[in-house]
Amino acid sequence: LRPANDYPQVSTTKRAAEPPPAGARRGVFSRSRGWATGRMVSRDGLRVFLLSALVATVLSGCGGNQDALSPHSNAQGQIVELWWVMAAGAAIGFVVIVSLLYAGWSRRERRVDAGSGDKHLTRVVVVLGIAVPVVVLSALFVWADIFVIGSTAAPARGSVQLTISVIAHQWWWEVRYPGTRAVTANEIHVPTNTRVDVVGTSADVIHSFWVPELNRKIDLIPGLTNSVLIDAQQAGRYRGQCSEFCGVQHAHMAVAVVAQPPARFRAWLANMARPAVAPATTMERQGLATFLSDSCASCHTLRGTAADGDVGPDLTHLATRTTLAALTIPNTPAYLHGWIADPQRVKPGAKMPAVPLSSRQLGELVAYLDHLR
Amino acid sequence: MAVAAPSPANTELGRLERVWLPRPGLLGWLTTVDHKRIGLLYLGATAVFFGAGGVEAMIMRSQLATPNEHLVGPSTYDELFTTHGVTMIFLFVIPMSLGAFGNYLVPLLIGARDMAFPRLNALSFWLFLGSGCLIYTGLFMGTGPNAGWFDYVPLALRQYDPGPGVDFYAIGLIFNGISTTAAAINFIVTILKLRAPGMSLNRMPLFCFANLAASVALVFALPALTIDLVFLELQRKLGFHFFDPAHGGRPLLWQNLFWIFGHPEVYVIVLPAFGIATSIIPTFSRRRMLAFPLVALAELLVVFIGFGVWAHHMFTTGLPTATLVFFAAASMMVVIPSTIQIFAWTLTVLGGTPVFRAPLLFIGGFVVFFVIGGLSGIMFTAIPFDQAATDTYFVVAHLHFVIFGAAVFPLLGGLYYWFPKVTGRMYHEGWAVATFWIVAVGTTATFFPMHIVGLLGMTRRVYTYGSGLGWGIYNLIETIGGFVLATGLVAIAANLIWSYRRGSPAGPDPFYGGTLEWTVPSPPPHYNFAVIPRVSSPYPNWDRGDREVDARRLERDEISLPGGHETPTSSAADAFPAEVAEMPAESVWPILLALCATVIFALLLTSHFAAAGFAALVAALVLVGWHGDEPVTP
Repeated sequence: LRPANDYPQVSTTKRAAEPPPAGARRGVFSRSRGWATGRMVSRDGLRVFLLSALVATVLSGCGGNQDALSPHSNAQGQIVELWWVMAAGAAIGFVVIVSLLYAGWSRRERRVDAGSGDKHLTRVVVVLGIAVPVVVLSALFVWADIFVIGSTAAPARGSVQLTISVIAHQWWWEVRYPGTRAVTANEIHVPTNTRVDVVGTSADVIHSFWVPELNRKIDLIPGLTNSVLIDAQQAGRYRGQCSEFCGVQHAHMAVAVVAQPPARFRAWLANMARPAVAPATTMERQGLATFLSDSCASCHTLRGTAADGDVGPDLTHLATRTTLAALTIPNTPAYLHGWIADPQRVKPGAKMPAVPLSSRQLGELVAYLDHLR
Repeated sequence: MAVAAPSPANTELGRLERVWLPRPGLLGWLTTVDHKRIGLLYLGATAVFFGAGGVEAMIMRSQLATPNEHLVGPSTYDELFTTHGVTMIFLFVIPMSLGAFGNYLVPLLIGARDMAFPRLNALSFWLFLGSGCLIYTGLFMGTGPNAGWFDYVPLALRQYDPGPGVDFYAIGLIFNGISTTAAAINFIVTILKLRAPGMSLNRMPLFCFANLAASVALVFALPALTIDLVFLELQRKLGFHFFDPAHGGRPLLWQNLFWIFGHPEVYVIVLPAFGIATSIIPTFSRRRMLAFPLVALAELLVVFIGFGVWAHHMFTTGLPTATLVFFAAASMMVVIPSTIQIFAWTLTVLGGTPVFRAPLLFIGGFVVFFVIGGLSGIMFTAIPFDQAATDTYFVVAHLHFVIFGAAVFPLLGGLYYWFPKVTGRMYHEGWAVATFWIVAVGTTATFFPMHIVGLLGMTRRVYTYGSGLGWGIYNLIETIGGFVLATGLVAIAANLIWSYRRGSPAGPDPFYGGTLEWTVPSPPPHYNFAVIPRVSSPYPNWDRGDREVDARRLERDEISLPGGHETPTSSAADAFPAEVAEMPAESVWPILLALCATVIFALLLTSHFAAAGFAALVAALVLVGWHGDEPVTP
């Protein structure tokens, strides 16, 4: 069993929160580094391993798939239908040509006069090489590029019930719900059986938004907007991933679309629009103080507090998200702890720096963030 | 029918031998202007770059073998896939197919004694070598190009990629483009003007049609790339705003210019390979190529239509629907020339008496893989499918079936086919057949599962992936396949190296080929043809009467143009004899000029503009020297 992502050594104990030894950079689960060098595997490490293996199993179960051939929307259904018809046609074409080659192979001992039958064979070339492809391609053109294209095209103005704005950043997704105060990141909630227009752009380089089970992809380009219809037929979690190379952490820029029944979605959205929950315990209050006094607040926003940074994701309701760092690790206190302690170990190249915090401060901060529901 | 005769010192043939004798030793190679030697230099250099690109591929495949590998980090992986793409396209496939095969074979196929501009030819090679070394310097310094071979902005701008990696890419490719443009012009003039008398266009080998089409495509496509790269460097080094939306620039300008070059480039990659296929198929099918004029037209037409399809690389960028539909229709039209050729190849084999020796096996593999790559290519003309599958491993599968299957397989077949001609020795047939099956199995195992994993949502250019998505098993098969493929390629190299030393003598025409290179001894003499052959069909070596006339002339010592370093030229369409062109002797100027150019581009790369200006001055002096010993035309 291996975790969904190769999490760094993360533990709930204070010992693990200290800077790791140089040899531990690859974490306990990666291939044998830690084991082979004779480094003792601590009981904590083992516990974390089992825990994260469990989480990974859970994540791969409910983390959503990104299988383009399992459509969960009308648009993707049409794309998949197109694919299977083309695949069948391609199989026929392949068999025809390979049969011709095989026929050549089987006649390798035959004697013929060079140049005989030219006229007849040339006619076959014209029929199979020009006439048949013209007919087949014309049919494909009319079906795919005139009819199917209508259901995957950007939704017409006024044909949608909800618009969501997605702004891609290196390497995470900012998600806004125009008309409300709701701002979140990486996990896009939508109501089921509702036509939703996802309008995307980019804050830096070109990214591409693609949730394979729901629709085609759109490039998110600075200075331009593109939009795609999301209309999930069933409640569920649909995974997607940035599809245009966007720098060192392109591989860890995933996104989830969480489709919920409309009533639950409305409740979720109402909660998202609210400011951050006030800290309840002393520990949480200390955590908020750390957040505001240290560099966290210069990059992150906590609505309802003085933190209004706009570099990283809005953290007002961080605890409602199931993952961190654009679906790189699960959002549990242990992983949150490890992420804040050393983001570069989890996602090398990510824009979030390691902030020098004492382990007590870190514990308080995690307690506070974990309370932001 | 081969012609060979003794060469006593005081005959016309003896005079010809003396005039064309190369300088001995290393200096002879460095100053050579002989198209055969330049072709071999290209072959050696591109083989080395192919090896480097292959090692990069193997490291990437090892990294992706299982989920969450840590063989290389993300930034190294980015440099690897960028350099792999740049290497395979700019430093391997094109220079090997045009530079090595084209250079060695075109003059031999058309009955000429050299390329039209031999010193320009030498310059092309040395510039190519300089540009390749420049690009690899970046990788070895740990600052290789890292924004992809497509190098999209804004990612490639200094703001997001401050290191010199992108400069190595951009300056290296501007430099490389000069070499390729020079080579392409040389091919166009050679093919149109240096054909033996009687070789009118309808009798010209299809190999030459393919090289002509690819060269024309390069001449018109490369300026778009060069302009794009110049814009990029102006923005990176001097703060211009071509691609900057905040100042009225447009990121999509890069993509448009890049793909105006990039799609014709695909045909530049495959066309010379088609040319090799149309050389091997008639020889081993024992019959002339079917639908010859249709195939020749298809090769030219694909280039023409190929200039009108670039936006199919941009179907997800938000272009208007009318634009999408136009480019989808054009992309469908470009399929037709390929289907014509596929059926012409297969039916030629079917209608002949095929002998499945190694070269024809490789062409069989080429047809199968090209059909797979072509069929998946057709799927991308269905816009909604393209918008789903683009930038996934489905595209990686498609492009590797086209580039590896359709371009490299004929190159491998061609290596075996012309090996006896170049070395005078036969390769080991059994070993060659075995390597074909290893490479074919490796190719299938490496690239076919990429279709599946792409449809399962695996996106391109990721340095790692999680374990919960069902991609692991396919990636593992691909990696194993990759190593099988690499083993096969090494075995081919081993066969050729062993055969070079131990192979049995091949004689001038071991396969009874139809074209003119088989009329001369193996390896060909420095002057190629003692008697410029008479041509009255597309397969002159099968015209016994003509060849007997040539043989009698050789016996009577009636050598063509024995007195000087000369080759006849002819009219472009009908190949009527026109005049005699005096060819330059070996020259030190091409390599000196290439050296200057390398220094200039290295200085531009490091922003030493004044020093680069000074080096340009030195280059101008070298040019003066070059023109000082221009051959005198009588």
